[in-house]
Amino acid sequence: MPCARTRSRPRHADHDDRELLLSTIATITQFAASGEDGGFHPPSISEFFPTAIFFEDTIFEFNRIMLVRVVAAVVLIWLFVLAARRAKLVPGRGQNIAEMALDFVRVQIADEILGHNARKYLPMLTTIFFAILAFNITGVIPFLNIAGTSLFGLPVLLALWVYVVYLGSGMKKFGLVGFLKVSLFPAGVPWFLYVLITPIEILQVFVFRPVTLALRLTANMIAGHLLLVLCFSATNFFFVEATGALKAMGVVSLAAGFGFTLFEMLVAGLQAYVFTLLAAVYISMSIEEEH
Amino acid sequence: MDTTTTLAELTGNIATVGYGLATLGPGIGLGILIGKTVEGMARQPEVAGQLRTTMFIGVAFVELLALLGIVAGFLF
Repeated sequence: MPCARTRSRPRHADHDDRELLLSTIATITQFAASGEDGGFHPPSISEFFPTAIFFEDTIFEFNRIMLVRVVAAVVLIWLFVLAARRAKLVPGRGQNIAEMALDFVRVQIADEILGHNARKYLPMLTTIFFAILAFNITGVIPFLNIAGTSLFGLPVLLALWVYVVYLGSGMKKFGLVGFLKVSLFPAGVPWFLYVLITPIEILQVFVFRPVTLALRLTANMIAGHLLLVLCFSATNFFFVEATGALKAMGVVSLAAGFGFTLFEMLVAGLQAYVFTLLAAVYISMSIEEEH
Repeated sequence: MDTTTTLAELTGNIATVGYGLATLGPGIGLGILIGKTVEGMARQPEVAGQLRTTMFIGVAFVELLALLGIVAGFLF
């Protein structure tokens, strides 16, 4: 059925395709085009729901953000294959950088939080860290210009992975009842306080932890992208449409745009770090006897 | 007799004011959190790494509140 609907409006679809090509090539181009009909267009949440490229109106709808995700994943895998293909005992330059990055996750996150349990969870933490970093950093790469993690689906998937792992490893260690007892009834608390603490802990363990993990990452990326779009579309407005002294404001907003681009690079790394750190913390909370 | 008269009119979205309010708490929280961590690092530089990690965990929780402010503006 959806196919028939798409075919019934060929002219429209053709127009969409052209517009989409523009927006795929560069978001900036799109703003330049939209500035023509006058006035300032502030960015909105519709930024994150671009028109589809393939399979429109099906559940496999493939849009610009999906394309960005595929590009990020391919580049990430390619970089690591490149670094690992001719791994030597005395590392070359590329291998050295890869080893430093991998070491960061191992030393700063896994060993620091999980201690002697780190080895078992290291592959998962490393994968999560580099996946998030790659999908975040596309937000500031020219021509991609949107973070792969700025739509809720990807962060939810990663958060679910963490959720299953920390519940699973806790239950494997203590058994179902033991795990619930350890995590919902913290030791060293007077028994009547359990009336207050246990419901809060239930919400924490089963709802808030995974939800906040995903939400934090998505909201950060959405906010970052909107900030950048605001700065650059304001620059476009000031330079192209404003008159007189207002034109000079374009310089300020352009500078702010560059500043925020640098800031977004920091945020991309920081969010990858925070997500991985919290994943490690949640795992250590569910497998340690006392916390 | 129409007793309601418009003296001043304000256009725009009240969500912007809401977000301004939503940043107040996390702003204070981050200030205290990071300030105290710096204090702790200055007193005991040898545990700086541990303090930094703990700080980031705390920052993640505080920062989430401000981000919920952003999300709420889009949702409602």
